[in-house]
Amino acid sequence: MISGDVNVGKDGKLIEIENLSKIYKTGDFEVHALRGISLNVKKGEFVAIMGASGSGKSTFMNILGCLDKPTKGRYILDGIEVGGLNRDQLAEIRNKKIGFVFQGFNLLSRTSALENVELPLFYCSISQKERKEKALEALKIVGLADRVNHHPNQLSGGQQQRVAIARALVNNPSIILADEPTGNLDSRTSVEVMEIFQKLNEEGKTIVLVTHEPDIASFTKRHILFRDGKIKSDSLNNDIKIASEVIKYLPKIDEEGE
Amino acid sequence: MKFLNILLAAFRALHRNKMRSFLTMLGIIIGVGAVIIMLAIGQGAEYSVKEQISSLGQNILIIFPGSQQQGTTRSGAGTMTTLTEEDAAAIAKECPAVAYVSPGSRAGGQVIAGNMNWQTGIEGVGASYLEIRKWKIEYGEFFSEQDVKAASKVCVLGKTVAKNLFQDSDPVGQTIRIRNVPFKVLGVLSEKGQNSMGQDQDDVILAPYTTVLRRLSHFPYLRSILVSAVSPNDITKAQEQITSLLRQRHKISAWEQDDFTIRNQADIASMATATSEILTILLASIASVSLIVGGIGIMNIMLVSVTERTREIGIRMSVGAKSRDILTQFLIEAMVLSLLGGFIGILFGVIGSKVVSGFAGWPTFITSFSILLSFGFSILIGVFFGFYPARKAAMLNPIDALRYE
Repeated sequence: MISGDVNVGKDGKLIEIENLSKIYKTGDFEVHALRGISLNVKKGEFVAIMGASGSGKSTFMNILGCLDKPTKGRYILDGIEVGGLNRDQLAEIRNKKIGFVFQGFNLLSRTSALENVELPLFYCSISQKERKEKALEALKIVGLADRVNHHPNQLSGGQQQRVAIARALVNNPSIILADEPTGNLDSRTSVEVMEIFQKLNEEGKTIVLVTHEPDIASFTKRHILFRDGKIKSDSLNNDIKIASEVIKYLPKIDEEGE
Repeated sequence: MKFLNILLAAFRALHRNKMRSFLTMLGIIIGVGAVIIMLAIGQGAEYSVKEQISSLGQNILIIFPGSQQQGTTRSGAGTMTTLTEEDAAAIAKECPAVAYVSPGSRAGGQVIAGNMNWQTGIEGVGASYLEIRKWKIEYGEFFSEQDVKAASKVCVLGKTVAKNLFQDSDPVGQTIRIRNVPFKVLGVLSEKGQNSMGQDQDDVILAPYTTVLRRLSHFPYLRSILVSAVSPNDITKAQEQITSLLRQRHKISAWEQDDFTIRNQADIASMATATSEILTILLASIASVSLIVGGIGIMNIMLVSVTERTREIGIRMSVGAKSRDILTQFLIEAMVLSLLGGFIGILFGVIGSKVVSGFAGWPTFITSFSILLSFGFSILIGVFFGFYPARKAAMLNPIDALRYE
């Protein structure tokens, strides 16, 4: 069993990536989606991965999230060499170490918020009682304690994304990966979602977030810019905006999301 | 993922598409129902054949003259001149395993009573015939040993004959003419119904075999000898005793074949049972075709379901579902469909069998075997036809599944 605890090395590296490449073969063509990425992420970081579409950031996220395997290179997540794992072992890593938040929310329709949040816990041995407690706790963190029995179609976009964040949190993963989490949301709701991410980061969660919006990236601590399958720049954000402050100056467009 | 959770999830998934789930199940319901009804009809037929045969008397032996086949030539009935009245008397006297003996002769002809007439068979039998056949006189009386010895012109009528010659009036004491020979009616037999070959057993007139031999057929040899063993267990013993007695009486040397044939009820029973067993198997195999068609229906719907829920599969995989978890989920769904269908199908089959016996008047017989068989079959169908779609789901690539629109 892979434990959910964070056991970083002496240097505090949670993610170690060395010379990572991904090549897709379509017919006779080879598409080099990633060309030799090397990168470390320490525990407690809040990283924004930016880049134009086609820059390889989504491919990178998929590999980071153990949904896809690299063609070349090494990827060590939380002390585990991921490259040599099989399908089921990768599934277990996703279950124990990774929490996903997607652009399109990816909730199960016609299933209550609570059951959506419980979903990762279905795939590990845990009692029904404990499962429900953990799921309720996660929903409380994202501020949806009063919406547990609502189905996704009864929730606003922002609320749906918060359910998805609660689902990502529920297994107490080593890292939260968010792929364009605000891509389908209006600006105020986006800031609200970022507020949750900032809060989680303050509490010690490591978060890697893909976005192409500089506004969203400005809430994170570190910016990595991808271009043509390579890292163009990797810098610390010296001007971190505080979402809970920003939100005060945003007009309340409507009651959606509240 | 624990089994109960999977089961619950399966029920929920099926509940979401109630109509579709029901229609899918309908295939299995009809299949299982048909198998049960067909088996019930087949086994009902088997049962009633057995019952009719045992109603003849389980410890009966019939001795026919001549072997059925001699070389390649088969003898006609009239040429078989090996059984005599003396043989019958000797069997009664010298075979301890034999309880009753009734020599048999037969004649056919037009029977006249008053202004009515009827074509039927006249069976010449002994006084103990009714004991052997376990038959009863409904009213009047049967002829006695005395009548047999004296070759009296008396007879008893089968129910069908009585009805046709006398309608509702009482035939006892009346005189009927068989081929112009007057016979006094002593009684009427109780109703016996059809035998296993569909013959009306009540279309008969019983008369002393001596009378039939001397007055009607004018043929000195017996057509058969009906014998009952002391008990069903003594049939083999009786058969052995009769064989050795007749061989001795007919002076048959050790290397010659018997000039008579002994058939027992068990032989006839096993033949008739074998026939109805074949019928049962035939009916059940036709019905199981519809069960297989139902299984294909399940496979079809499960394939549609996998395609529809590709995204759901992707989501489940992204949060840590292993291939095995997805496989189990879809397999369980298919099995819930087939098992639930099977269960309803059994109810449907049981009720259907009752309706069939009610309307068509066929006897039906539902055994726990047929229920277990069709239930087991429906589980098997669920696994067999559910496996391919479930495997297809489990082998999906998580990224592709997540991106599926």
